[in-house]
Amino acid sequence: MNNRNSALVSFAALAVIAVAPLLPVPARADDVPVAVAANFAGPMKEIAATFAGATGHHAVVSTGATGALAAQVANGAPFEVFLAADATTPARLEKDGLAVPGTRHAYALGRLVLWSAQEGAVDTAGAVLKSGDFAHLALANPKLAPYGAAAVETLEKLGLRTALEPRFVLGENIGQAFQFVGSGNAELGFVALSQVWRDGRFTSGSGWIVPAALHAPLQQDAVLLARGADHAAARALLEFLHGEKAQAIMRSYGYEPAVEAVGAVAR
Amino acid sequence: MLSHADTQALLLTLRLAAVTTAILLVLATPAAWWLARTRSRWQAPVSALVALPLVLPPTVLGFYLLVAMGPHGPVGALTTRLGLGLLPFTFGGLVVASVVYSLPFVVQPLQNAFAAVGQGQLDAAATLRAAPLDTFLNVVLPLARPGYLTAGVLGFAHTVGEFGVVLMIGGNIPGATRVASVQIYDHVEALEYAQAHGLAACLVVFSFVILLLLYGSRHVRAVRP
Repeated sequence: MNNRNSALVSFAALAVIAVAPLLPVPARADDVPVAVAANFAGPMKEIAATFAGATGHHAVVSTGATGALAAQVANGAPFEVFLAADATTPARLEKDGLAVPGTRHAYALGRLVLWSAQEGAVDTAGAVLKSGDFAHLALANPKLAPYGAAAVETLEKLGLRTALEPRFVLGENIGQAFQFVGSGNAELGFVALSQVWRDGRFTSGSGWIVPAALHAPLQQDAVLLARGADHAAARALLEFLHGEKAQAIMRSYGYEPAVEAVGAVAR
Repeated sequence: MLSHADTQALLLTLRLAAVTTAILLVLATPAAWWLARTRSRWQAPVSALVALPLVLPPTVLGFYLLVAMGPHGPVGALTTRLGLGLLPFTFGGLVVASVVYSLPFVVQPLQNAFAAVGQGQLDAAATLRAAPLDTFLNVVLPLARPGYLTAGVLGFAHTVGEFGVVLMIGGNIPGATRVASVQIYDHVEALEYAQAHGLAACLVVFSFVILLLLYGSRHVRAVRP
């Protein structure tokens, strides 16, 4: 192939790609665009499938960091339901008139776990923190991520914060903190139980589930966004989160369904 | 190996990169020509402006584009007035953001290529009464072809590799704005490593083939001038 032809072929290929139709996107009247905090991506996928089976409505899931999703909602993102990783962001959206008042409620409580990718490295009481036999302790940035703040609070309660602070490695979010530990670069780390727990046990490694009394509850709130105010399917999804099926999925992922904290979803 | 959503994300990425590259080559040609030829005192400030997207981290650039193109931003006000609606969370929005993000990668190779065209050749063409457009199409373009190749490759590759900007502007909406890089991020966040690896491998292999084609054509040129 000479140079002119080869370049022509390449650019022709680009042109074909540019105008080729995308695979058909099924667009249905009962699609519910839902913004989901990245830490809840796994369970949400299963919940969406169950929701579709039970109601015929389809949750179209977009995941991201809670703060980034909120910025997108404020700038016109087409989401109708928001499942945040904290309680403050949905409250702020409601205050700013971007969410429907009275629809905000907890859907899940996250659990913090001290975890290592190595079997037997973490005892079931977290004593390894005091023995100090590790070089790095991974956690999410406490300024940005609720799980990071909960980890620091736990260490403070245990009186270990000052001693261990020089060994902190901070992830931008809980996903990155998990990657630090999961890849073995940090021997220990505070991660979300949902990242290492499936069906009643650790998927790998070893961990200490931090007693809930050691930190403020990791409450995750959901809210109906202004765009979904008149959409019955969006409200149905919010209600579905409290149903038996959704809660069983959450539990299998290491979340505690926030049943007791729930008020009825306003109709 | 790839799910329907993965294929969709891959195609969307290629479509975005192709459209962005095409628009950039068209927009950058007059801009680079002007930058390469002008003696205006605005040359330096405009050059600096074109290079600015390199300075901001992509998520930061994405955030400001989101605000500017949103309902309260100047670009958003303009597009609403023009009846185009708001750009964020649409394919059009991704294209606009990608054009801004990849602009320096296309303008600068073209600018260098145009600057390397000798004034003598342009004068000769003018002496032979070639119209300016004629000169551009038949003298400048053939001489600047390597520059176009580099510009096209860089613009395309840079857009394929975009993450921070498209995540912010696109909102990660399946089928509409979820490109391959974002889909890989989604898989990683959901701890679906097998799917993430598969899609990443496809993206890398495909991009390698495209780059190989383009660079191969350039190599042939070097051997047979």
